[in-house]
Amino acid sequence: MKLKRLKIFVVALVLLCPVFVFSQVQERFPKPDFESGYVRPDLLTPAPRAAVWEYMDIFVLVAALSLATYFAHNQRSRRNIFLLMVFALAYFGFYRKGCVCSVGAVQNVSYAFFNPAYIIPLSVVLFFILPLVFALFFGRTFCAAVCPLGAIQDAVVLNPINVPEWLAALLGVFPYVYLGLAVLFAATGAGFIICQYDPFIGFFRFGADFNMVIFGFSMLLLGTVVARPYCRYLCPYGVLLNWMSRLSRRHVRITPDECNNCRLCEESCPFGAIKKADDETQPMKREGDVKQVAALLVLLPVVVIGFGWIGSRLDVSLSRLHPTVSLAEEVLLENAGKRTEMTDATKAFRATGKPSEELFAEASVIQSQFRRGGWILGGFIGLILCLKLIGLFIRRRQLEYDVDKGTCLSCGRCFAYCPYEQVRLGLMTPEELKELDRRDVRIKQFRA
Amino acid sequence: MTGKTKTNPVKRRDFVRKSLHVIVGLTVGGLAGILSRKSSAEETVWQLDPNICIQCEKCAVNCVLPHSAVKCVHSYSMCGYCDLCSGYLQPGAKSRDTGAESQLCPSGAIKRTYIEDPYFEYTIDEKLCVGCGKCVKGCNSFGNGSLYLQARHDRCLNCNQCSIARRCPSRAWKRVPASQPYILRGDESGKFREG
Ligand code: SF4
Ligand code: SF4
Ligand code: SF4
Ligand code: SF4
Repeated sequence: MKLKRLKIFVVALVLLCPVFVFSQVQERFPKPDFESGYVRPDLLTPAPRAAVWEYMDIFVLVAALSLATYFAHNQRSRRNIFLLMVFALAYFGFYRKGCVCSVGAVQNVSYAFFNPAYIIPLSVVLFFILPLVFALFFGRTFCAAVCPLGAIQDAVVLNPINVPEWLAALLGVFPYVYLGLAVLFAATGAGFIICQYDPFIGFFRFGADFNMVIFGFSMLLLGTVVARPYCRYLCPYGVLLNWMSRLSRRHVRITPDECNNCRLCEESCPFGAIKKADDETQPMKREGDVKQVAALLVLLPVVVIGFGWIGSRLDVSLSRLHPTVSLAEEVLLENAGKRTEMTDATKAFRATGKPSEELFAEASVIQSQFRRGGWILGGFIGLILCLKLIGLFIRRRQLEYDVDKGTCLSCGRCFAYCPYEQVRLGLMTPEELKELDRRDVRIKQFRA
Repeated sequence: MTGKTKTNPVKRRDFVRKSLHVIVGLTVGGLAGILSRKSSAEETVWQLDPNICIQCEKCAVNCVLPHSAVKCVHSYSMCGYCDLCSGYLQPGAKSRDTGAESQLCPSGAIKRTYIEDPYFEYTIDEKLCVGCGKCVKGCNSFGNGSLYLQARHDRCLNCNQCSIARRCPSRAWKRVPASQPYILRGDESGKFREG
């Protein structure tokens, strides 16, 4: 018996050695009949995290959003916002290891839209929708205290500097580009780049590949002086939150009462999200601006189409990042005899016995998706650029100090700088407030 | 818009903003509606299809966990219980003993137990298994294919985008319903069918 099995093994070895063998299930050896009463052990299959925990995540999300809104709007308490933020960092970051997160959910949503086979989990839908709904009514309270990516950056804000306006405007384009690319890649099934290039997930999991560790650390290091760099200049979800927040019904304000333009809060926002009141002694220049705006509006369609065209020309290079397309290119090279060494991927493909033509057809479909997507992506970027430029020229009369609803993260840092807030908290009497002359106020005194 | 609001830019702006608020609100609501039609309460998890996997060893190093969530599993129902196990022994190993130099597994994670002549049982110690798939390759090439890789869901974090899936050359990874989280072989394969 033993000998026979040995023989079979040797024969099999000789026969199969030169062949590249794939995981075909083959019963080369008969299943034994045991005489000793041996019972085969069970294959243990530990189940994934139970569904109740998904509901728990959703519950925590809703609770945290509601609390964040309550702390920012009703209590106006930076301390409570901060504490909630630390909790969110611990729960969504370190305990849930950063997945699922609202920022990444953008990709699941686009993937679900274009790939009917993908059944998107309800929890992911809610993680995507709920912060947007809250932002549409109350501003970005999600960013203030719920998002783990925001929280880890907020925790390291030490000595924030002012980013010059022109630089901020320039860098502010990146989130739009990132959003566009992420949607394009997710929709075509090329991958989830937001997850792939998430700088902070390595911290939550205590491990990432080397480049991402370097990226993560530099982001945090930069974050000590440029507050929340990812949020302001990269986060693709932030774009959507920004849009919602601009239209929000209620948004936090710096002052709980009225603004007497004392300028005490002027430098209080580490994110540059405070709109300064106009200097009333200077008249507003408008005429020149109107001409420029009109010129930009005329240019807009040209720019949109131009950028769209550029985007569509990137189809070949962008689509290479799709695994099917890169595989097809490798197979093509091999078929043409330009490459002799097979890669793991091409070996695996050839083992499936699928004809190359089928793969090429698939790849060219994907490429044309990238061409169409490239038009949209390019056009979108062109549109954003134009609108941003137009925004630079449109001046609205700003009568008091207020937050910029789009970029304000509702973190509550500026509240305490306002003397009216000091009065509200009972730290200053209304008489003292009246004595404050807004022209020669000593700002430093209140900074402490 | 009426003539009344036209004269007052602040009011007009407010009106535009409020209308936009409603429009965007409806859009988000509509989006949520469409998405909920495409969604299910059930989560998905990542799993690799052992029938596609080519044991490239990427599973061992590309998981976000320091010790990969992918481990070798053993469908005992398919195993030949061979003495000369091609998943356990190096090809051409001199002796059929348990010496480390004759074992295929780099971390010594396979335990060989004598059952009865001539049968041996092979079990995987998951704490030691690194998910390299060397044994799987041996078993698939010359044996019954009862050893194969699976993401173990007591370890897997279920990343939104599995970092192995992204790099798998055979594209063996897919999202599967959480109620059927394994793609098993042999008698074990029916295990999750009932959900
Ligand atoms: S901007 Fe993006 S990363 Fe920052 S807190 Fe908001 S959602 Fe999170
Ligand atoms: S709440 Fe105040 S400090 Fe915080 S982001 Fe908004 S404007 Fe800046
Ligand atoms: S990466 Fe893919 S082919 Fe390689 S061992 Fe893992 S599942 Fe198998
Ligand atoms: S989903 Fe994440 S934890 Fe699970 S196998 Fe893939 S990379 Fe590893």
